[in-house]
Amino acid sequence: MLDMQDISRVYRTDLVETHALRGLNLSVDGGEFVAVTGPSGSGKTTFLNIAGLLESATSGRYLLDGVDVSTLNDNQRSRIRNEKIGFIFQSFNLIPDLNIFDNVDVPLRYRGFGGSERRERIEKALEQVGLAARMKHLPSQLSGGQQQRAAIARALAGSPGFLLADEPTGNLDSLMARQVMDLLEEINANGTTIVMVTHDPELARRAHRNVQLLDGQLASPDLFARPAAADEVDLQPVA
Amino acid sequence: MFFYNLRLARMSLAKQPGLTALMVAAIGIGVGACMTIVTYVYALSSDPIPEKSDALFAVRVDSWSPDEPYWNSKPEEAPEQLTHRDAMALLESTIPTRHAAMRKAVYTVVPDSDDVAPFLNVARMTGRDFFEMFQVPFLYGGAWDESADASAESVVVLGRETNEKLFGDTNSVGETVLLGTERFTVVGVIDDWQPAILFYDLNNGETNPVEDIFVPFTISDQREIATAGNTNCWKDEQIDTYWDLLQSECVIVQFWAELETPQQKAEYQTWLDNYTEGQKALGRFERPTNNRLSTVTEWMKVNDVASNEVLVVMWVGFLFLAACLVNTIGLILARFIAKAPVIGLRRALGASKGAIFRQHLLEVALVGVVGGVLGLVLSRLGVMGVRRMLSDADRLTGMNLDLLLLTFGIAVLSAILAGLYPTWRVCQMAPAGYLKTQ
Repeated sequence: MLDMQDISRVYRTDLVETHALRGLNLSVDGGEFVAVTGPSGSGKTTFLNIAGLLESATSGRYLLDGVDVSTLNDNQRSRIRNEKIGFIFQSFNLIPDLNIFDNVDVPLRYRGFGGSERRERIEKALEQVGLAARMKHLPSQLSGGQQQRAAIARALAGSPGFLLADEPTGNLDSLMARQVMDLLEEINANGTTIVMVTHDPELARRAHRNVQLLDGQLASPDLFARPAAADEVDLQPVA
Repeated sequence: MFFYNLRLARMSLAKQPGLTALMVAAIGIGVGACMTIVTYVYALSSDPIPEKSDALFAVRVDSWSPDEPYWNSKPEEAPEQLTHRDAMALLESTIPTRHAAMRKAVYTVVPDSDDVAPFLNVARMTGRDFFEMFQVPFLYGGAWDESADASAESVVVLGRETNEKLFGDTNSVGETVLLGTERFTVVGVIDDWQPAILFYDLNNGETNPVEDIFVPFTISDQREIATAGNTNCWKDEQIDTYWDLLQSECVIVQFWAELETPQQKAEYQTWLDNYTEGQKALGRFERPTNNRLSTVTEWMKVNDVASNEVLVVMWVGFLFLAACLVNTIGLILARFIAKAPVIGLRRALGASKGAIFRQHLLEVALVGVVGGVLGLVLSRLGVMGVRRMLSDADRLTGMNLDLLLLTFGIAVLSAILAGLYPTWRVCQMAPAGYLKTQ
């Protein structure tokens, strides 16, 4: 599903050159739940941005579903983001002026679905996350956990094959964090691939596979660069 | 997507009413000021009688000094008026469908009622053809007949305002009115008639109001009515009496002819040339033959009605609009940059740069529409202000449908132009940079 080959990302200013990723190799198979961990500045967010086509690598090759995305133009990348990738952010990133229904509607609008299909998908997604009764609420009228579930519903509504979660429980208390993780596991169990960036070893432990980044590289590339087979999933976090 | 974007635009504008009001005000004030000037220039430059302006001709013959042209700036042009005797000679021609000699005069109107004090009123001394030639609408009665012209009868056509002042809102045809020391019989009352430009008398002020009293031209000879218009002379002549003036080379009479076909015009031109050749034989018309027939619009150009100075003022108006737009660009940019996190989110969720561009361009277009409404109100007030400041612009009737549409068009276009750069900027923002700042 996701195959990064020798990916580097360099941020340059007039005075400074920062290597956020240095020759990263990582593959994720369809249906996997991979946790990406690492200390601050290790390149986790850059990895997630490149994986989500929010920015481009300076060098290397990135295949998503077999397509070399580095050659795509903005429209094509937008379409892939819209159709294949669902994003879940630490701070939920719901649009405060729109109610939950309309927030979930956002990616579907850009997908070009008709009104009835959009409604059907929104209601189904909100039902899946347990917010069907709150669809007319504004984000500010929901708890943090509910907001994150609404964000997950938004990510799911377009039926993407691939979810990218950036510290999805970072702003939640432990109870709500557990509920969100339960939900992500359920989604993964239904066949959606999930790549989750987290600082929390407890959460990382719930993923099928852990990948640790350090200074823009895999901490143990030999061990973690290739996905484990489904029947030999490594649930241990990387030290 | 259009209605979705429209809804987003409405919500976005309503979210920051102060900033929205500033943007609308900047566009509204700029457009309002600009369109006030454009309306004024438009009124000055548009055809005041489009139905027949090509068939109406200001008639001129060059009787001016052999030593210098009448217009130093336009030596090829003939004087704007005729001598009295040339005007009377031209009235003899039977070629034009209609023609009229005319002069401006001032009468003291003495009401019969003691309740209304005597007042001065500007009058036009002209022929009966004036009314039909210039499509003057009548409220009551009509023009005097030919015999009144021929025998200088004491008949008068009143303007609506003077009629109301003297007779109330009634049909005064058949009543009499004392003008100066002579009693005139009312034969007609004209309805409201306000050509945007007083095209038939440009040398006395193109935005002057239409006169409210009309009497036969021939009265001027017989009653020795002094002209209230321009009297321009070049010859060193002894002018002691009114008759001296009428026989002099001073140009004091305006002359218009209606020539409906090119053949008629050519025939009349030949007639004029023959006339001036005959006068040359008598020792007059010492300049090269230069008899001119100018249509209404040509006549306006000759008289610089929409002069370069006026056009410069119009450009100043557009520059003011540009200054307002620069301010608007800053406001829109500030607004859009504040929205960067949401824009980044939309990009992450699949919006292309084009989709973001269209969404935000619609938002600024909406600002333009509201700014256009404000601009329309302000330009209306501006036109009223111009009327108050410039008393001779009293007849500017305001904005027609073309100008209304132009105002909206300029407002929306201005807003879109102002929004192009900020919109382009937000489209270039890397979405990833803002997703953590939401």
